[in-house]
Amino acid sequence: MRERGEHVMAEMPKRIKAIKFGLLSPDLIRKMSVTAVVTADTYDEDGLPIDGGLMDRKLGAIEPGQRCPVCGNTMGECPGHFGHLELARPVIHVGFVKTIYNLLKATCHSCGRILIPEKDVERYERLLKKLEDKWPLLARRLNDYILKKAMKTTTCPHCNAKQYKIRLEKPTTFYEERKEGVRKLTPIEVREHLEKIPDRDVKLLGLDPESARPEWMVCTVLPVPPVTVRPSIFLESGIRAEDDLTHKLADIVRINERLRENIEAGAPELIIEDLWDLLQYHVTTYFDNEVPGIPPAKHRSGRPLRTLAQRLKGKEGRFRGHLSGKRVDFSARTVISPDPNISINEVGVPLEVAKILTVPERVTPWNLEELRKAVLNGPHKWPGANYIVRPDGRRIDLRFVKDRKALAETLTVGYIVERHLKDGDIVLFNRQPSLHRMSIMAHKVKVLPGKTFRLNLAVCPPYNADFDGDEMNLHVPQSIEARGEAKTLMLVQTQILSPRYGGPIIGALQDYISGAYLLTLKTTLLTEEELMELLAVAKYEGEIPEPAILAPKKYWTGKQVLELFLPKDFNFVAKGSTCVKCDTCVYEECPYDAYLVIRKGKLLTGSLDKKAIGAQVPESMLHRLIKEYGEDYARKFLDNVFKVFLRHIEKHGFTMKLNDVIIPEEARKEISEVLREAEKRVYELIEEFKRGELEPIPGRTLEETLELRIMEVLADARDRAGEIAAKHLSKTNHAYIMAITGARGNILNLTQMAATLGQQSVRGQRIVRGYKDRTLPHFKPGDLGPAAKGFVFSSFSKGLSPVEMFFHAAGGREGLVDTAVRTSQSGYMQRRLINALQDLKVEYDGTVRLPSGAIVQFRYGEDGADPARTDHGKAVNIDRIIQKVIGT
Amino acid sequence: MVESKILEKKLKEIEHILPQTIIDELKEKLKNLDIDEEKLNKIIDEVIREYRYVIVDPGEAVGTVAAQSIGEPSTQMTLRTFHYAGVRELNVTLGLPRLIEIVDARREPSTPIMTVYLDEEHRYDKNKAIEIARKIEYTTIENVAKTVDIDLFTNSIITVLDKEMMKDKGVSVEQIIKVLEKLKLGKIHVEGEQIRVEIPEETATISKLNKIREKIINAKIKGIKGIKRAIIQKKGDEYVIMTDGSNFAGVLNVKGVDYRRTVTNDIHEIEEVLGIEAARAAIVNEIMGVLEDQGLDVDIRHILLVADIMTRTGRVRQVGRHGVSGEKPSVLARAAFEVTVKHLLEGAARGEIDELKGVTENVIVGQIIPLGTGMVELLMKPSALKKENRER
Repeated sequence: MRERGEHVMAEMPKRIKAIKFGLLSPDLIRKMSVTAVVTADTYDEDGLPIDGGLMDRKLGAIEPGQRCPVCGNTMGECPGHFGHLELARPVIHVGFVKTIYNLLKATCHSCGRILIPEKDVERYERLLKKLEDKWPLLARRLNDYILKKAMKTTTCPHCNAKQYKIRLEKPTTFYEERKEGVRKLTPIEVREHLEKIPDRDVKLLGLDPESARPEWMVCTVLPVPPVTVRPSIFLESGIRAEDDLTHKLADIVRINERLRENIEAGAPELIIEDLWDLLQYHVTTYFDNEVPGIPPAKHRSGRPLRTLAQRLKGKEGRFRGHLSGKRVDFSARTVISPDPNISINEVGVPLEVAKILTVPERVTPWNLEELRKAVLNGPHKWPGANYIVRPDGRRIDLRFVKDRKALAETLTVGYIVERHLKDGDIVLFNRQPSLHRMSIMAHKVKVLPGKTFRLNLAVCPPYNADFDGDEMNLHVPQSIEARGEAKTLMLVQTQILSPRYGGPIIGALQDYISGAYLLTLKTTLLTEEELMELLAVAKYEGEIPEPAILAPKKYWTGKQVLELFLPKDFNFVAKGSTCVKCDTCVYEECPYDAYLVIRKGKLLTGSLDKKAIGAQVPESMLHRLIKEYGEDYARKFLDNVFKVFLRHIEKHGFTMKLNDVIIPEEARKEISEVLREAEKRVYELIEEFKRGELEPIPGRTLEETLELRIMEVLADARDRAGEIAAKHLSKTNHAYIMAITGARGNILNLTQMAATLGQQSVRGQRIVRGYKDRTLPHFKPGDLGPAAKGFVFSSFSKGLSPVEMFFHAAGGREGLVDTAVRTSQSGYMQRRLINALQDLKVEYDGTVRLPSGAIVQFRYGEDGADPARTDHGKAVNIDRIIQKVIGT
Repeated sequence: MVESKILEKKLKEIEHILPQTIIDELKEKLKNLDIDEEKLNKIIDEVIREYRYVIVDPGEAVGTVAAQSIGEPSTQMTLRTFHYAGVRELNVTLGLPRLIEIVDARREPSTPIMTVYLDEEHRYDKNKAIEIARKIEYTTIENVAKTVDIDLFTNSIITVLDKEMMKDKGVSVEQIIKVLEKLKLGKIHVEGEQIRVEIPEETATISKLNKIREKIINAKIKGIKGIKRAIIQKKGDEYVIMTDGSNFAGVLNVKGVDYRRTVTNDIHEIEEVLGIEAARAAIVNEIMGVLEDQGLDVDIRHILLVADIMTRTGRVRQVGRHGVSGEKPSVLARAAFEVTVKHLLEGAARGEIDELKGVTENVIVGQIIPLGTGMVELLMKPSALKKENRER
């Protein structure tokens, strides 16, 4: 029976077209109920559920093997069934207090009509009808307007009854203020009033009387949710612990019974009222346990109960926690590590993972043998299989099959084998936080030994991944459609160009850049042996060019190596990052070899650096290559040529040492001279300030002016010290190469190591906080000099004094705090942006529309261009086309 | 040279294929080229080919991409609120706080600033620019007085003027006297740098005097309300006025101001004065400004989309629960965003119907979302099918 059900489901997927919201009427609650709950007890002494209790068997099967007496299903299949609870006295539903309050104020207490003259009622009805379909937002505004107007009226225009003022005492008590005095309105009276309101008046106020009659907001019957939504849990000690909701319901039933008994016994009004209030409290906290004004219902341990509203609310609530985001099978997570030898669209999957994750594959005449082998290998030997699904839908777990050989023989067309992950399978790879679409990309599996996921270094930027312990997730699409979509739309090479700025987000980084620079440097000459090695790494097939130097020995330039991989019709001209920004550029004659010129695939001058091949650099050489020769060429380039760069840097040897940032004695002296001068200048400024001779900057106080001036002087001193240091750094210095090529770090980092750290700041100001009038007891009170306010004279290579180190830590701490605060703020902003924009899509006519069909843009982005395909924002690069056609 | 007639004709032909911006650029660039018609055709064909390639695919989730493209780099922005925007005298909110402020559509920016451009007459002359700056800067007696004291013996209030401040703000003694006269408080005596206002005996109680003193301090001499300070700055070859505080309508009415170029960073003010289209442009400019200042590269199309969704109803709406997200037609989408319970209860009371047209709703019920490949639907005409069967 079960199998047949599944079969039918698979054949005819049902689509939900719409969901209507509404209130349950008391009648409906009774009709859908399978049992009335009459006792607060749950189980008898034998541990069996009591009939008419909160755990009544009819409410759903929750124990394994138990069959539901209502639907006949076992646990897991039985959806559970509602019961009901007749309340001895009605109570107000907290969620609708505000609505009830408005209704009471807007309608007549004696005739129930809305407090608006009949003439207007008809007019508004007509207007509302017109608005409803086309302008729902405006209809709501009109509802509010009618409500406001009705609430202002003091005499009923229909029956001339004088209206009393209604007061709401939070959370759920209503009072009527008559001349004779204030009178409490019982829920019964409230309900009677609400019952009197005619349907058409309810409609005017924006409510739908068909699905939510106002009097239903005062509960006379409570639905008792099925046990499947409030399952009891068994603690290790074997003790049964009930769900919070069950506890709350037990409270309600208990008080309800007591109230009923007291009413039947004719107890004094006072006692009844007290019990009634108590019932109201329990029902209120059952719906929402965080209502302001009343103490939250607590568990015996003192923990507040998690009742209905709490279950839905917030990040871990039903909506955001289970409905908008779901847990999935066929996924894996582990630490990532780099592997420059796999392709950018591959991911290294540990063997152990590959043996657990499976792909369902339908047996066909063409894969029969292969799948038989997989079945034979079984679940523990890769490449094997974990399950077989027979055409009749029965699943066979291969772990428990003794004779796999026999089973493999029976395998025929129509079976489905859930085989192990193997090389070439398409999987989705993801790193949180998933800030943009490149955070989830499709990769091809490459099963490798080890326990980590391996990925090519070039795909670090889109994932924003590094290898300091980052973990990533992997998902295996289970249907052919899903795999097909993933392969054509999500594979890494389709995501090289970022839609954020229309440029490559995947590209060279760190050592790739240094390596490319060193390789294409004018001075790099390669012997035949070296050349062959580099070309072998890239799996180069083709002719070897003429060596650049023939005698006494054959030498090839590094530029020649690159040329072999460039298309023969490729042209590119640009300034590189090693450009020193001379006053007059001499272009091709650049003495620093920073002017990159490629003509017809020949690298004429210039060296590669971040601006030519870097990740996240638009309009670079790499960008041009991707755009003009396609993503497959780009992938091959990133896979092969980048390996050449790495091999070259490996052969060359590339490290950073302390000596790289040590500068000669005379330079050090010069720097300390500059710093001393600056210090002197600061003290002069302070003197001027004290004498009152300092010229204030308009709109600033004298103190602020002084600070600004001092900071200027010190910043200038640091810059000059840096220049001096940079002057003495050798051009072949590895740290320096990394800085100028953009591989890692910048000149500022170098000067901080070689010359001076400079001013440390907190909140953009010199460091001021600490003791009274001074930062540390090492200084005199009121000292405004550089050292006393966080100027660090030492360099990292020299080492910081304890005081300097303290200031540096203060500045560093600010950075940490800043990042922590920023991530939460920008995260929230992004969530809001996504929520506001996610429904927008481009229609076939090129317009951007909301799901309702409303047009937001007539042509996307005013020119209809997809940012990812644009050339750094430009839909068409006309210059490039002209150049190509004319051929200059 | 390409003959302009041929070029015009060619461009006319492709008018309906390419967007105007590309045609304009093409015209500009081809105008001065010396090529024959064959090459011209080749260029145009190539441009059309490229453009066809670059057009967005139907179903593309442009909204999500836009939100991600703005949200992702925002993690790299500075949190520091204050930043000097060229002028040392002015603080400007920049970076993430400013971006949040814009998408929140706050009533008032935390640092309202105007950039006032001047007309042909005042633009190039520093003195004339200063004159206008003085005219719009809101100046009260407090700004030009050293002290304002109550003299209980003579029942008068003595204002000691600050000559330097007066010079800086361009206020004359006569102007101040005129202002004081207008207040009609009593007799005015000028005694050197002091101005004494004698209050008639009958109103001169101590509390009254204090109130009158307040009145004098806050008396406006000149300027536009809300403009706390106006600073002259050279921008290219002209002078512009940067103001601390904003009053768009007020400043636009000042003679000598180039009302075409003058801007404020208060989006709501722009909406009120110039209308929703201008507000949309202002949102785009402000967001682009923030991103560019932080050195972040974001395509303008994403920002256009955000600005469009914020302004599409004819008023500036916040990106969040009190605006765009809160006004969605779907109950489930609203409930899944914020204030879950409220939206569910409200949906029930109103008997709302969720038509499951959006993304969140379909994720919630576990159906395919109507975006991208999920938007493809097969349409079948049963009548046509029947006919075909019959024929067969």
